[in-house]
Amino acid sequence: MRAISEKWSLRGFYPLERVSDYLGGLGLLSYGVARCLRKRWEGGLILEQMERIGVRSLSIVLLTALFTGMVLALQMGNYLTRFGAKPYAGRILALSMLREMGPVLTALMIGGRVGAGITAEIGSMKVTEQIDAMRSLGINPIQKLVLPRLLALLIMLPLLTVLADLVGILGGLVITTFELDIPADFYLNSIIQFIRFQDLFSGLGKTFFFAFFIAIIACYNGLEVSGGADGVGRATTQTVVTTSITILVSDFFLTKLFLQL
Amino acid sequence: MSGNGFIECRNLRKSFGAKAVLQGVNLTVQRGETMVILGGSGSGKTVLLKHMNGLVGPESGEVFLDGLEISRMEEDALTEVRKKVAMVFQGCALFDSMTIGENIAYPLDEHTLLSPEVIRDRVREALALVGLEGCADLYPAEMSGGMKKRAALARALVLRPEALLYDEPTTGLDPLMTHRINRLIRDLQKKLTVTSVVVTHDLQSAFVIADRVAFLQKGQIRFVGTREEFQTSKDLAVHEFISDA
Ligand SMILES: Nc1ncnc2c1ncn2[C@@H]1O[C@H](COP(=O)(O)OP(=O)(O)OP(=O)(O)O)[C@@H](O)[C@H]1O
Ligand SMILES: [Mg+2]
Repeated sequence: MRAISEKWSLRGFYPLERVSDYLGGLGLLSYGVARCLRKRWEGGLILEQMERIGVRSLSIVLLTALFTGMVLALQMGNYLTRFGAKPYAGRILALSMLREMGPVLTALMIGGRVGAGITAEIGSMKVTEQIDAMRSLGINPIQKLVLPRLLALLIMLPLLTVLADLVGILGGLVITTFELDIPADFYLNSIIQFIRFQDLFSGLGKTFFFAFFIAIIACYNGLEVSGGADGVGRATTQTVVTTSITILVSDFFLTKLFLQL
Repeated sequence: MSGNGFIECRNLRKSFGAKAVLQGVNLTVQRGETMVILGGSGSGKTVLLKHMNGLVGPESGEVFLDGLEISRMEEDALTEVRKKVAMVFQGCALFDSMTIGENIAYPLDEHTLLSPEVIRDRVREALALVGLEGCADLYPAEMSGGMKKRAALARALVLRPEALLYDEPTTGLDPLMTHRINRLIRDLQKKLTVTSVVVTHDLQSAFVIADRVAFLQKGQIRFVGTREEFQTSKDLAVHEFISDA
């Protein structure tokens, strides 16, 4: 990791050096994971993580989506009525949900809840030498700890996002029906006719990137913990901050990419 | 090229940040012998031990294990090496999401094709060896420090390694258990010709189990020799260490 900053002669310029070390570390971990892909995949471990990551995050993800959909509908109703464009509320809401709100908010919630959990778990294994113990037994921690979490996130984040999209649109339905007097069948039909598969896929496409970022950042921060319980605490906070920022920044570039497709 | 030692450290240097921990360590452990490494707290005993199975890589110098240089080996290649060299960690390092039985069975599950029944027998056998019969279903959090220490020892033994690295195996055990573990370390060496490296503070234990003693101070091996030579050494630092303990 050091080598990267040395090569680009960033020595002595500490902020940049630290960033390049960090990115180098993430890169090395990704490479390590890629190498593990060729080995045995452990279904049991992946399923366990899917349960922990996916199923147990269902409630917060759906709650977030429900209220986001409802708020969007309220705002939309308010502004669109002024333009006389109230009938478009459903379509705009569905579009924002599918393309942006669903994927990004789900990723942020999962990055916070699951990412922090992963860092705390792996980090406390690190400081109690359990990671070293695994290695000393000839067991690869990347294969046993990182790979199952990455695969579970890659599977569960898109699924959770689809559910969030649906619940968000239903939340919107409740508000448009009862607050804005748009008939439910009109709301749903207009969405179904207007929305194209591209809208769904451009949103879902992003979630694979988000899942990858969350898993690699959270695992890396855990594996790099040093200095006991306070180190674990610091790493956990860092995971939440770094995943959130990475999701928001990469969302911009991914949106640009997917709009071109 | 390497000499005839089973474990050989040549001119090892390692520092953490500005702190130089190992400053040119040379040490050869012969096949089948028990080498005890003594040294003050923070002198780098654990760090040295972790070089011997590649958990830590040196800045310079080499480590040879059974003729193979491991100090610059890829993590994947080290996997094979580590099946031959087990380690008992100072802090036990039991997996706390698993029961003791599962902890001990883990390396067998990973590296052998033994049937579950055979594995269960091997686990029971390993537990009996350290006096923990019937504790297989406890979680590490439910055990005392001394019990964890012994469970960690059982986990290290279960793959029947050629060499064992013990980091303070008897610290925190009562005298009776200390005696029992020391005897176990000796028996393993006598009956199975296991090569052992034992890091310890405890001079008493050291003299019971050691074939040879090495004394680590200021990042270098200050003394190597038999326990008689160690006890009668004229070296001032060695003398001080013995009389302080
Ligand atoms: N991962 C690490 N990062 C930074 N410093 C370290 C690390 N590991 C060890 N050290 C430093 O290296 C020195 C030697 O540590 P080591 O654990 O080998 O001591 P020790 O001889 O085993 O002591 P003790 O008998 O107390 O266990 C210590 O000063 C410690 O602070
Ligand atoms: Mg130590």
